[in-house]
Amino acid sequence: MNFDDSAEEATFRQTARGWLEANAPKHLRQELEEAPFGRLQLKSVDATQASRAWQMQKYESKWACLHWPVEYGGRGATPIERVIWQQEEGVYGKLSALFGIGHGMCGPTVMAWASEEQKRRLLPKLAAGEENWCQLFSEPSGGSDVAGLRTRAERDGDDWIVNGQKIWTSVAHLADWGLLILRTDPNVPKHAGLTMFFLDMKSPGVEIRPIKQANGQSDFNEVFFTDVRIPDSQRLGAVGQGWKVSLTTLMNERASIGARAVTGFPEMLDFCARIEIDDRPAVQDRAVRSKLATWAARASGLKYTSYRAISALSKGELPGPENSIGKLVSGSMLQEIAMAALDLQGEAGILADPALAEAAGRFQAVLLRSPAVRIEGGTDEILRNIIAERVLGLPADIRADKGMAFNQIPTKAG
Amino acid sequence: MNLDFSEDQKQLKDQARRFFADKSPPAAVRVVLEGQARFDQAVWRGMAELGWLGTAIPEEYGGLGIGHLEQCVIAEELGRSLAAVPVSSSIYLAAELLMAAGSEAQKRRYLPKLASGEKIGTFAYAERAGAVTPRSIETQVTGGVLTGTKTPVPDGGIADFAIVAARAGDGLSLHVVDLAGPGVTRETVTTIDPTRDHATIRFESAPAEPLGAAREGDGIIGEVLNRAAVLTAFEQLGGADRALEMARDYALERFAFGRQIGSFQAIKHMLADMYVAGALARSNAYWAAWALSTNDAELAEAAATARVSATQAFQLCAKNNIQVHGGMGFTWQFDCHLYYRRSNLLALSLGSLSNWEDRLVDSLLNKNAA
Repeated sequence: MNFDDSAEEATFRQTARGWLEANAPKHLRQELEEAPFGRLQLKSVDATQASRAWQMQKYESKWACLHWPVEYGGRGATPIERVIWQQEEGVYGKLSALFGIGHGMCGPTVMAWASEEQKRRLLPKLAAGEENWCQLFSEPSGGSDVAGLRTRAERDGDDWIVNGQKIWTSVAHLADWGLLILRTDPNVPKHAGLTMFFLDMKSPGVEIRPIKQANGQSDFNEVFFTDVRIPDSQRLGAVGQGWKVSLTTLMNERASIGARAVTGFPEMLDFCARIEIDDRPAVQDRAVRSKLATWAARASGLKYTSYRAISALSKGELPGPENSIGKLVSGSMLQEIAMAALDLQGEAGILADPALAEAAGRFQAVLLRSPAVRIEGGTDEILRNIIAERVLGLPADIRADKGMAFNQIPTKAG
Repeated sequence: MNLDFSEDQKQLKDQARRFFADKSPPAAVRVVLEGQARFDQAVWRGMAELGWLGTAIPEEYGGLGIGHLEQCVIAEELGRSLAAVPVSSSIYLAAELLMAAGSEAQKRRYLPKLASGEKIGTFAYAERAGAVTPRSIETQVTGGVLTGTKTPVPDGGIADFAIVAARAGDGLSLHVVDLAGPGVTRETVTTIDPTRDHATIRFESAPAEPLGAAREGDGIIGEVLNRAAVLTAFEQLGGADRALEMARDYALERFAFGRQIGSFQAIKHMLADMYVAGALARSNAYWAAWALSTNDAELAEAAATARVSATQAFQLCAKNNIQVHGGMGFTWQFDCHLYYRRSNLLALSLGSLSNWEDRLVDSLLNKNAA
């Protein structure tokens, strides 16, 4: 057991560190470190422009999407090199969140399913941040049951005509392309009637509306389609194979290793060392200490779980299934921590104005945003199902709609 | 980075799994549970013959001297099988205390016998309810003889000697006492887990041999408890894994309402939570194993983290294992209660969960202050 780099890894780390030392936008470092939870906002510069500039700079030196093949805009780096890069890029990686869906999910799907010509046309621009992508899967009536989606595509010559609505689409308003799963046949069981496409987001008939969320902010959009035309050449995989294609996307969603899960623990520990209850720092209170210890053990467990995954990558092995626990653990922890931090503040805990609230309102913002963390990218319940079924080998849920044609599936009571 | 055991260590783990499956099946653990033996002598002798009691004891003192990582993988398999042997008392505590504080002569005198299993040692620490602090200890040593009462002493009924913590001014001192010698009476006590021996030991002017410098016992004990906590975390990890497997297997096999109970989300999600707790505990335990084997400055934090995590995981897995089994899980016949008992025993041996939570927060604050 050791935490040391191999000789090759150390060399790679030196190279990455050297380039970052010379090129990283150091003037943004402090702001990035202090950026509040949620969508990146910066005071001194426009966050979107700063993100694009950094992405292009990385691309030009082959540090963008470095694990992608060189011909698609990457540097053909190994999985462990990608992790080392992420560790070294550190806080500047926050600037890449804008491209997270595109690089993490859409890109790998295009890589697996698009034609060679399309890959060479699309992927380098995505790596460079010159074009961005969004993912159009969830619908108002198809969230956890995403295969229950209803947005339909009908064949018309060499085109498909799309009508319906998607929801919870991050960065749709900033995206050039959308990865889109559609129902092409409602007369067969739900998983069999789906087809995957990619779409020019500027196509006529595409309307993007921001969603005002429960916390008052807008991180996501609704996207409406009215007689939108997509050329058949922008189909990924066969007609009716969309579910299989979507699994490529979803598997990549859960494969990001080394991306540290946000738990809120370091901030909470600092806060408890600072705030006083009963005339002494909260860290001296037994009840507070007990909670802190439990959160510390969970945060540490996540950290060393990711180190175990990195160890596997370093040996050229695949990480084990334990790597799938990150979001399930960190999501509920973030919410628990926010509630506990407000509790320590007493009645003043209701103050959300950053100018008045403790810790500049950080915990209040987390309180209001955290319910979404337990839902987005797979609800806690779906994640538990995945662990139970794929890791522990328990039976799949019994489905009332199994084998039933999609248009015969009940959608309401009675 | 390699936060994993080596191929040799994994082979040793496989060997240990086979050994305990063969020598310490539930039926063997039940012999001790039912009071027909104080501990499992066959398993004890088997472990000694394989050198497994002395993996971390240097060769010059009769051990194999291969290190603590090997001890960790054996501990995990021991914990998985619930083997009824005094390894934690004799090796994680007594041998570690001797290695930490013993004179050359004491190490030569005691360690080879612990490594060979010829003698069983233990650590006599607690005296009354509540966390053990120097103030809670009344045992005294005057003129080379020790007087006081210790309870519960793990393996106190079967140990040959005890390392006893005694009050020395504001601090503690440590002494080795021959439990077969004069001035010692012991009485087995009934505990929540009869598969491990516990006793009340009364010392009345028992001859006591100092171990380490006077009044420095508290610091030594703190360090050794950290080391023992890492090894115990591996026992807990093994127990948690086995309890999860038992629950999973039963959920696949048992039908209710015309379907496998493992197809109900209430059961699936309970099992998923058990898995998550176990995965977190395992990762923390690996970190702590590294810190133990390298004697890293992070050991105190890593040990407390591993201890808290493993205690929570084993308790969760053991109690939910009964829940998944339903009424059958509460019968004497099913083995669920053996894991439930052991999980709650280990949660308190070496000090309670809240005590370790305290230690963990202290180490975090020390690190932040540094």
